[in-house]
Amino acid sequence: MSSRAMRQPLGLKVTSGGFLILWCVIAAFPIFWIGVMSFKSPVDAFDSNALNVIFGPETRAAGLGISILDIILGIAVMWGTFRLGARTLPRMVKSYTSKSTEWMGWIIGVAALAIGFLVVFFAILPAILGVLNPLLGPLGTKIIGATTEHYKTVWIDRGFTNNFQNSLLVTAGVVTVSLTVGTLAGYGLARSGSKLAFWILIVALVFRALPHSVLVAGYLPVFINSAEILAPILGENAPTLYGKPLAVIAVLVAINQPFTIWMLRSFFQNIPADLDEAARVDGCSHFQAFRRVIMPVMWPGVITTGLFSFLLGYNDFLVTSLLLDAQNQTMVPAIAGMFNRETTTTDQVVAVAAAVSITAPLFILVMVFQRQIVSGLTAGAVKG
Amino acid sequence: MNFRTFIAFVGPSIFMMLLFIAFPLGSVFVQSFYVTQPIYETVTVETCTPGFLTQTCVTEEKSIPILGEDGDIETVTNYVGLQSYANVLELGRAWEALSQGSWQAFQTIDFWKALRFTLTFTLITLPLVLVSGLVIAIVINNASKMVRGPVIFISLLPFIITPVIGALSINWLFRGDGILTATLEWYLDRDIAMFAQAWTIEVLMMTYRVWHVAPFAAIIFYAALQTVNQDSLESAVIDGASRWQRLRYVIIPHLMPLIVFVSMIHLMDSYRVFEEVIGFSSQGHVISLQWLTFDFLTPDDSGNRSISRASASAMLTMIGIVIILIPLLRRTWRDHKETG
Repeated sequence: MSSRAMRQPLGLKVTSGGFLILWCVIAAFPIFWIGVMSFKSPVDAFDSNALNVIFGPETRAAGLGISILDIILGIAVMWGTFRLGARTLPRMVKSYTSKSTEWMGWIIGVAALAIGFLVVFFAILPAILGVLNPLLGPLGTKIIGATTEHYKTVWIDRGFTNNFQNSLLVTAGVVTVSLTVGTLAGYGLARSGSKLAFWILIVALVFRALPHSVLVAGYLPVFINSAEILAPILGENAPTLYGKPLAVIAVLVAINQPFTIWMLRSFFQNIPADLDEAARVDGCSHFQAFRRVIMPVMWPGVITTGLFSFLLGYNDFLVTSLLLDAQNQTMVPAIAGMFNRETTTTDQVVAVAAAVSITAPLFILVMVFQRQIVSGLTAGAVKG
Repeated sequence: MNFRTFIAFVGPSIFMMLLFIAFPLGSVFVQSFYVTQPIYETVTVETCTPGFLTQTCVTEEKSIPILGEDGDIETVTNYVGLQSYANVLELGRAWEALSQGSWQAFQTIDFWKALRFTLTFTLITLPLVLVSGLVIAIVINNASKMVRGPVIFISLLPFIITPVIGALSINWLFRGDGILTATLEWYLDRDIAMFAQAWTIEVLMMTYRVWHVAPFAAIIFYAALQTVNQDSLESAVIDGASRWQRLRYVIIPHLMPLIVFVSMIHLMDSYRVFEEVIGFSSQGHVISLQWLTFDFLTPDDSGNRSISRASASAMLTMIGIVIILIPLLRRTWRDHKETG
């Protein structure tokens, strides 16, 4: 808005800014609030006074809380980690690795940073603060009540670690398989102008609209009886697919396929076809052209699509809750079970802590991949 | 690209979609006409209880499931025609209720209750999502470049959060004496129970959905706002168009294809409303079509799943999807024709 004609009166600017702030509050408040609640004793967490929820007098009375010093040092450590991750890490990865091993450098670097942060934040920092807090008087007294006991209950007593592993398995499987299958298909569809390609896309569009419960109604009887059905082909070893994470991965990949191929197709269409044609002229087959010319330039699109596949696998409730048995349950259905059983407020706060545990990885995901998510949303839209 | 290479690239994807989408769809269709039940036999049982002098004996006829050789209950699958559909629709009861003019009696039938809610939900949230998405996009576009990044980050949070968790997080703000219920009570100076009647729960569910989807609409509209032709905006100013007129006659027409796109996606997704029912535990008051199928598929107390009724209700849900899809498919077809 450079031109003078576009200049806005002050009143409009203020209204617009005010609305922006209001929206940010609305968007973040429920998530922020469950974050706060999860660290309080049940009485504080469901107090009707907002200040009591934030400062947690009951929690503080139980001797649990953090002081100003804790807050300052905690923020300092987080800020330091952020700086390391955003500035130093990329430089170090660049200088220690060659182009081909860069991805390995990244994995090692990020893992080292994460472990370092966890050790400093949860082991070294509490030890230092334990000594410093009593010495510093007012700076060291607890002002905000906070407790991590609900997280301990969720992760240790309620076996959430198991659910977490299952979620990890299912999500990793969904992302890997659906990208492998989808990338090939997306490339094929983008480069073929045939009638068949068009009809495949149309059918995929129809499939995208199907309610997932319709499909699950089709899987359930087959999966439960699969040992009998597959027996003529596989003999004794025929598996019962019901309750198996692998079966759920296959189902989620298929459900995700229509979206994946539409999205990847639109990314591949933005890669000039001249590129692979040049490779073909030089004597590459289609697959060689794909592997040597297209693969190096397709990563932005694949990462974006992978993010959305991740979200589908991670967020799914319907398919996983119906097709997995209790032992292989993922996190989201597990929390619904917790919530239905709740009787006391303690159980509720435990469920809140579980909810925050599920949300935290997503939060980090948005932080790291914001640009890719936005580009994915708009790429899908522009192509319709 | 010749046909064989094309198939080699696309084959795995097609195979997955055929096996896990097309095939289940067909099998659901077939299942909806059959019912699998245990076979019962009627046996005469004489039960005797010891009594004084003589035993007291009672002879009664009982029907018990027949056990097969391996000890499992034998089942038989029968063709029942449209019986499952009739069980889900309960047309007799529905007609009776309607002819008596009793909407309440009509709404006690699960399917019609679910249909009513699903349609209301879809149609009310659609305009709300479009308007709030547009307003958010315009204010983000109006803000200075410095704050746009963080604002988009915050805006993405409701969109990216697990739907069940998102619904739960709003639920917890209102449950019992939750913080927002307490605020409302203080403001209106009266007692409020958000989860005691259906309509307040419905309002909360719609609020959640708008909160969840508005960022998606906003980001798409925001991206399109970057490409509005500045020259036509300036000439509109020179022609004396007010801000409202510029929005109405320049910006909105530019966004129109995307408004249609967002509406289509939203219609498809909100027709499948499901997670809200779980997150707000509203099944006692409010249910949706997809939840109805889910409920039929969940084992009941004796461990049975009513697969055939689930299939029937799934097929009935599909009718709505087809209606929503027709305009979308026509549009894609037209685009295809135009671009050749």
